[in-house]
Amino acid sequence: MIWEVFRQEREGAAFAHAGSLEAADEAFARAYAHELYGRRNESRALWLVPRAEVRTVDEFVDEFERNYRRVDGYSLKSRLREARERAGTQPD
Amino acid sequence: MSARAPSRTDALLAAADDELILGWRDSEWTGIAPSLEEDVAFSSIAQNEIGHARALYELAARETGGDADALAFDRRPADYCCCPLVELRRLDWADTIARHWLYETADAVRIEALAASDWPELAGLARKIQREEAYHRLHADMWVDRLAGGEERARLGGALESTWLYALGVLDGQLRERFRERVAARLPWFEAAGEPGVEHTRGTHTAELEPLWDEMTMVRRSVPGAQW
Amino acid sequence: MTSEAAFLEHVQSGGVVEAGDPMPDEYRALLVKFTAMHGNSELMGVLPERDWILRAPTLQRKLALTAKVQDEVGHAQLIYRVCEDLGAPREQLLDDLLEGRAKFHNVFHYPTRTWGDVGVIAWLIDAAAIVSQKALLKCSYAPYARIMKKICWEESFHILHGRDVILAMMNGTQEQRELVQEAVIRWWGPIMQFHGTRMPAESDLVLQYRIKTKDNESLRQEFLDGYVPQIRELGLEIPDPALRYDEGEGRWLYTEPDWDELRRVVSGHGPASADRLELRRRMRDANAWVRRAVLADAA
Repeated sequence: MIWEVFRQEREGAAFAHAGSLEAADEAFARAYAHELYGRRNESRALWLVPRAEVRTVDEFVDEFERNYRRVDGYSLKSRLREARERAGTQPD
Repeated sequence: MSARAPSRTDALLAAADDELILGWRDSEWTGIAPSLEEDVAFSSIAQNEIGHARALYELAARETGGDADALAFDRRPADYCCCPLVELRRLDWADTIARHWLYETADAVRIEALAASDWPELAGLARKIQREEAYHRLHADMWVDRLAGGEERARLGGALESTWLYALGVLDGQLRERFRERVAARLPWFEAAGEPGVEHTRGTHTAELEPLWDEMTMVRRSVPGAQW
Repeated sequence: MTSEAAFLEHVQSGGVVEAGDPMPDEYRALLVKFTAMHGNSELMGVLPERDWILRAPTLQRKLALTAKVQDEVGHAQLIYRVCEDLGAPREQLLDDLLEGRAKFHNVFHYPTRTWGDVGVIAWLIDAAAIVSQKALLKCSYAPYARIMKKICWEESFHILHGRDVILAMMNGTQEQRELVQEAVIRWWGPIMQFHGTRMPAESDLVLQYRIKTKDNESLRQEFLDGYVPQIRELGLEIPDPALRYDEGEGRWLYTEPDWDELRRVVSGHGPASADRLELRRRMRDANAWVRRAVLADAA
């Protein structure tokens, strides 16, 4: 059985995928992950998931460039200049 | 071994020598363990054992003089205080697991006693060792459960049987009885009967120790007194 | 543009490939062969060194060497997992290795004779390996590039350990210095062969697909740049009178390595190969019941 291992490097950090291992059952997976990803105290904690339980989502479509949902969809520069000129606060 | 009054380093040296020699035996699986994952895990256990030996030798050296390396390597084979169990060469996985589980169980009993010592440094060290050995017990239990629960129970049983009297020789007196009880509670299906003979108990050495010591010390002896 | 041509353009412009992505059969086959050889090498590298764990002259060295060798096994595990996810089952990979059908790096075919070898292997051979491994950090195949990060991080300790072992001996007795010098003389040939023959880039498919990102000669030059000074500053002699840095050409010149020896050795005919393969084969057969016991479904 293949298990995916996620590790948390330090307190507060996200769990990131670190690799995979082969183990017969949960007890073996825990024991092996402990040393493969923790023998140098390089991980604060590990998550283990049987590979068969992992679900992938990877079909993302952006046909209409909905940039109103992103920071790059907003360009305030020219409007800000106009407003400052009206208020007399536009620096030279 | 010379006859003299027992000193408080005797228990230390017995534990240290056990850990050193067992760590040496466990290292024999490097590169040839049943799986790569197991190879890495078992190597950590061997390293822990040698690390424990080192810490125990360092504490002993404060009383006896010299240093940890001198205690570990510069005594003659007959002067080591290890028990016969750890000297046995066991390159069959069932035998290795049997020894591993039995030794960890006996060692837990011993370490608990040391953790209650009125020698504060020893008690503190014993507690550190105890915390690290939690992983060893987890690992040994995992294997025993797996093998006992399947088709290989008979093989495990046979390995436990051929190791049993040696395992009894790790401890004596009250500690040995405590060990016996723990084994019976944990492995009710295993008939843990019999009394160890002289050849199984601490105080004797097997024929395997001397060739082990020869190999273990060959580099060190090649340039005596050198820094490495 | 054919899909193969598009794929080639993708990887050559720095694009990456994941395990589930469509890829040309040729790319997959090259990757399996390359990663299998790498995994085999890490695993076979363990066997010459394990004996010295048992013989380490101090507790500190024993611990350090055990940890280093443990890392090599760990690297084999990481690499074989990558290879398996490309479609090659681990048992098949190990069978191919043990039955002499698969290749592994030249250096792991030689015997280790003294504690001097332990130092030289950890210092110079791991250094040669790390030069190759750093170049793999940019491999087009992302799962392999990712494990290389962990591998390179762990290898950095190994080189320090190796150098420490060597320095202790060089600062020790005359006898110890001779052990080091003798080991350098014996290992120099295999070290120079380590990065492989010079191959024109156009005919190196592994380079074309950016599995490797540097050619063999660049790797060898990088190793020489870094390590010839380190060797010479200790007063050690390198057994190649032709070895020198040529300012005009901007590279190291050296006696041509024995490529016939390399070919023979890599195909499993090195001096210690047979014994080591035999040891692993015996243990695999003896432990077959263990694999059955753990592969059976959990109760």
